Amino acid sequence: MSAITRDEVAHLARLSRLALADEELDHFAAQLDQIVGAVARVAEVAADDIPPSSHALPLTNVFRPDEVRRGLTPDQALSGAPAVEDDRFRVPRILGEEA
Amino acid sequence: MTELLRKTAAELGRLIGSREVSAVEVAQAHLDRIAEVEPKVNAFLHVDPDVTLAQARAVDDRIGAGERLGPLAGVPVAHKDVFTTTDMPTTAGSKILEGWRPPYDATVTGRLREAGLVILGKTNLDEFAMGSSTENSAYGPTRNPWDLSRIPGGSSGGSSASVAAYEAPLSTGTDTGGSIRQPAAVTGIVGMKPTYGGSSRYGLIAFASSLDTPGPFARNVLDAALLHEAFSGHDVMDSTSIHAEVPPVVEAARQADIAGLRVGVVKEFGGEGYQPGVLARFHEAVELLESLGAKVVEVSCPSFGYALPAYYLIAPSECSSNLARFDAMRYGLRIGDDGTRSAEEVMALTRAAGFGPEVKRRIMLGTYALSSGYYDAYYGQAQKVRTLISRDFDAAFHQVDVLVSPTTPTTAFPIGERADDPMAMYLADLCTIPTNLAGNAAISVPCGLADEDGLPVGLQIMAPVLGDDRCYRVGAAVERALEDRWGGPLLAKAPAL
Repeated sequence: MSAITRDEVAHLARLSRLALADEELDHFAAQLDQIVGAVARVAEVAADDIPPSSHALPLTNVFRPDEVRRGLTPDQALSGAPAVEDDRFRVPRILGEEA
Repeated sequence: MTELLRKTAAELGRLIGSREVSAVEVAQAHLDRIAEVEPKVNAFLHVDPDVTLAQARAVDDRIGAGERLGPLAGVPVAHKDVFTTTDMPTTAGSKILEGWRPPYDATVTGRLREAGLVILGKTNLDEFAMGSSTENSAYGPTRNPWDLSRIPGGSSGGSSASVAAYEAPLSTGTDTGGSIRQPAAVTGIVGMKPTYGGSSRYGLIAFASSLDTPGPFARNVLDAALLHEAFSGHDVMDSTSIHAEVPPVVEAARQADIAGLRVGVVKEFGGEGYQPGVLARFHEAVELLESLGAKVVEVSCPSFGYALPAYYLIAPSECSSNLARFDAMRYGLRIGDDGTRSAEEVMALTRAAGFGPEVKRRIMLGTYALSSGYYDAYYGQAQKVRTLISRDFDAAFHQVDVLVSPTTPTTAFPIGERADDPMAMYLADLCTIPTNLAGNAAISVPCGLADEDGLPVGLQIMAPVLGDDRCYRVGAAVERALEDRWGGPLLAKAPAL
């Protein structure tokens, strides 16, 4: 049922934001192919009329009173940041440069 | 080894509470032990004696001032490095979080502090708790105190090894597919996965949010129950936290009476792929339960055979989403930000450099299982299997009070043996995964040594949702009877380090 190709792994790596080296692509292709082949066994289960479970226990919305509570200070929130500027996270450019 | 190290957590708590020994003395004895054996075991990623001794002094002061603290006040605990701690780094065993100091404490951490437990350090784990051997840590493997060439289980392998090596009387773990029970089994100690939602996930670095469950490790059942009680219970900061009282686990561990209890042996666990010495000890444990007055019957759970493949679709799917937060922007590693690259390029370079191979495999597997075109066949179908597994448990618990099985199919395997064979590694969690998918409670207690290799074997006892106390009641009864037979705890048979 499976057959994960090197190209497919390259696509998954792009979606996953993982800049993989060429040799990693080959290695992962073989391993993911084997894993997907094994987990595909779930298809053997006749479950057409079975509802899916996303959680083990029933979930309900949980609300709390809308009260002001102390959160992290700016210094605490920025304490682990790779780069900081003017009390903000400094990040690489997120938009394409204009031509 | 000083006598303090051999004492149970309950005894240490009593001695400290009555001021016969100080929390500082107890902490120092364990710090000395850590300094002595860590070069061999590598259970800890971070130890800071100054921070630990300051915590111990504070507890001594509180007791000296007449404050009434819980039964574990002053008792040291090793804390899995997947719970945030403001006074120690938190890495989840990953390079992507190397040196990170969280700005807040996990709820479990906060409750350890409130109960007066003294944190000895942060323990090693498979990166982001993904693995069964602790070999996936970015900081080197932990070694099994029974045989230093073997794995201590995983992902909570630093926590299991630290307790088995007498570096700590107690430790914390998290169990997503068996990450507490399997390490406990292969190091000859007790490990408990509470009911999902019974212990808080707030400040626990997420792997698979519908499965992750914090729980205790200890060298005996009562100590595990005391730690379970200390950090469990409803938490407003966790939206999946159960609004219910903590089951009476300590009382159950003290009671240890199983006369008339109905015990089900899961038919589907056993046979091919199981080590003969593991099955031999398991069958003896079942006979022991009968001799203690339990009524033993065989129970069939036909969907359990599909639990492993369902788990390896559900857990990676959740992980691929959860680990998207490691994006090199707000905290953790950032690679390649030289002014020429976009945020997306920096993100991809950072994640490729910061994550190890197993984490990358699982992120890509989850991304695959959730892709349009594959979703129904993989993730959707796995969720249906999850429903069937819960139904199997429901049907079984109509017939019996608890279910039993071996905790793991084999004893501890050699370091390196399965390191590059993911499917072989995944089999270590064959018997533990159904409980994670259904959210119920299960414990592993030592039940002897396998004849082939002289290594520990674990008995798994599974109970219904919020039936955690049954795990402790049965576990304590088995422990009492086996320790009578052995003339002491199983761990006394471990070679000296």
